[in-house]
Amino acid sequence: MIDIDAVRSDFPILNKEVHGKPLVYLDNAATTHKPGVVLDKIIGFYTESYSNIHRGVHYLSDKASAAYEDARETVRDFINAGSAKEVIFTRGTTEAVNLVADSFGREFIKKGDEIIISEMEHHSNIVPWQLLCQRTGAVLKVILFEDDGSIRMDRLKKGITKKTKLISMVYVSNSLGVVNNVKEVIDIAKEHDIPVMIDGAQAVQHMPIDVRDIGCDFFAFSGHKIYADTGIGVLYGKEKWLDAMPPYQTGGGMIANVNFDKTTYAGLPYKFEAGTGNIVGAVSLATAVEYLQRIGMSNIDAYEHDLIDYAEERIAAVEGVTIYGKNIDRCAAISFNMKDIHHFDAGSILDKMGIAIRTGMHCTEPIMKHYGISGTIRASFALYNTKDEIDRLIEGLHKVKSMLNP
Amino acid sequence: MRINEIQDEIIEEMDALDDWMDKYEYLIDLGRNFTSPKENIKTEDHALKGCQSEVWIRAEMKDDRIFFTADSDSLITRGMLALLLRVLNGQPPKDVADSDLYFIDKIGLSTNLSPSRANGLASIIKQIKSYASQLNADNSEK
Repeated sequence: MIDIDAVRSDFPILNKEVHGKPLVYLDNAATTHKPGVVLDKIIGFYTESYSNIHRGVHYLSDKASAAYEDARETVRDFINAGSAKEVIFTRGTTEAVNLVADSFGREFIKKGDEIIISEMEHHSNIVPWQLLCQRTGAVLKVILFEDDGSIRMDRLKKGITKKTKLISMVYVSNSLGVVNNVKEVIDIAKEHDIPVMIDGAQAVQHMPIDVRDIGCDFFAFSGHKIYADTGIGVLYGKEKWLDAMPPYQTGGGMIANVNFDKTTYAGLPYKFEAGTGNIVGAVSLATAVEYLQRIGMSNIDAYEHDLIDYAEERIAAVEGVTIYGKNIDRCAAISFNMKDIHHFDAGSILDKMGIAIRTGMHCTEPIMKHYGISGTIRASFALYNTKDEIDRLIEGLHKVKSMLNP
Repeated sequence: MRINEIQDEIIEEMDALDDWMDKYEYLIDLGRNFTSPKENIKTEDHALKGCQSEVWIRAEMKDDRIFFTADSDSLITRGMLALLLRVLNGQPPKDVADSDLYFIDKIGLSTNLSPSRANGLASIIKQIKSYASQLNADNSEK
């Protein structure tokens, strides 16, 4: 397990008071807080090592370049990618999906081809594919999920045809907290030679990830959801795909030679890193990853599982609560509603009690439509949350009930 | 009564409640008693887009005065709408368009004014003022 007191003391913002109450931060699916080592690294980097990378000739640019590439290697190791060439730094998961939709799309998707996503995707794993399909005349097929939050493999198998060129699916749903059996999805896709992209934004901070074991062709996640800075993320892509894909954004850094009659591109990973990226963001991501590796992803997984089971048990016991996604392998989040209470009203009152949860559609409008609701209350967890905080949430829910549906 | 007089009245009433819980109870009570419009205004053209709560607003003129009908699926939002409509209903449209709604800050609700929340208070006020400007312009042309 983990030393929760030590962990909590690593995160300075957790001592904050909100509306005169100690902060209970249960909005980690939206973003996570940063440990002192990450904050120190950001300042330290700007103080000691910062410069533009790769193309300088001086001491600081060497130091910064080394730090950036070391960060890439740290991420490679963290997700067990085969090579650092397969680790592309992006602004986040959204940019990673856009990159694949644009670049893979331009090379491999034509009119009449099919792309499969699920009904529970975050908008960032829906809209780029919609646009790609509009642009090319390809068809977007959506695999529906069951009311309990699960995706049935027979539905997926039925959706696959000779025209299916890519499957893109979320590993852990940010709204429902459902963990999809991505290995099974990939095994099925492999039978048909279909590449698979996995949205790992809500997975990578909660469990050990091995992209080679999972077998995915692409994997994306965001730094700010794994205790690192905003504006940094990772696209993992198998070398064979990234090699075959044209550049996404162009400009400096991703070229080999520029001439007005012909420009040639850099090799991997730089082909996909145009301009000056979020250098300190990448370094902060490596620092966050190393922090988690010291605690141990399996330990974090076990601790958080215990926590989320406790949360689900206590929330389910509140009279009038409906939890969306039941009897599922759960991670990261729980979405629920309270009878005859609008989620916005509940969230506003919880806020005044110092409790930060999220309400609304959580960028998953199709999930809300599936259940015929306008939104949910979502509590989402991180390694620094405690059972005491869940007890405070439950007190909050009872207070909400007494004020809004006595 | 003019807009600012009503605002001052509300500020005085809310002054008695300094606990956030009492303020929210008051808003929730207002929201409960806020009668939904008899005709259904919950249509696309009256909707304010956003993902927190749904809000619908309609404006019309009667005898050179502007009247709003509004609805929301959230009780707290209905309470805020009740206060806004108390201040602004039946006023000259130009006064509504030019109004400085200082009561919101004074009664401690300015935290709800974040412009990032698509149909938070700021959006509602923006829409109301836009209707008022439009109807004022239409009215002046007559």
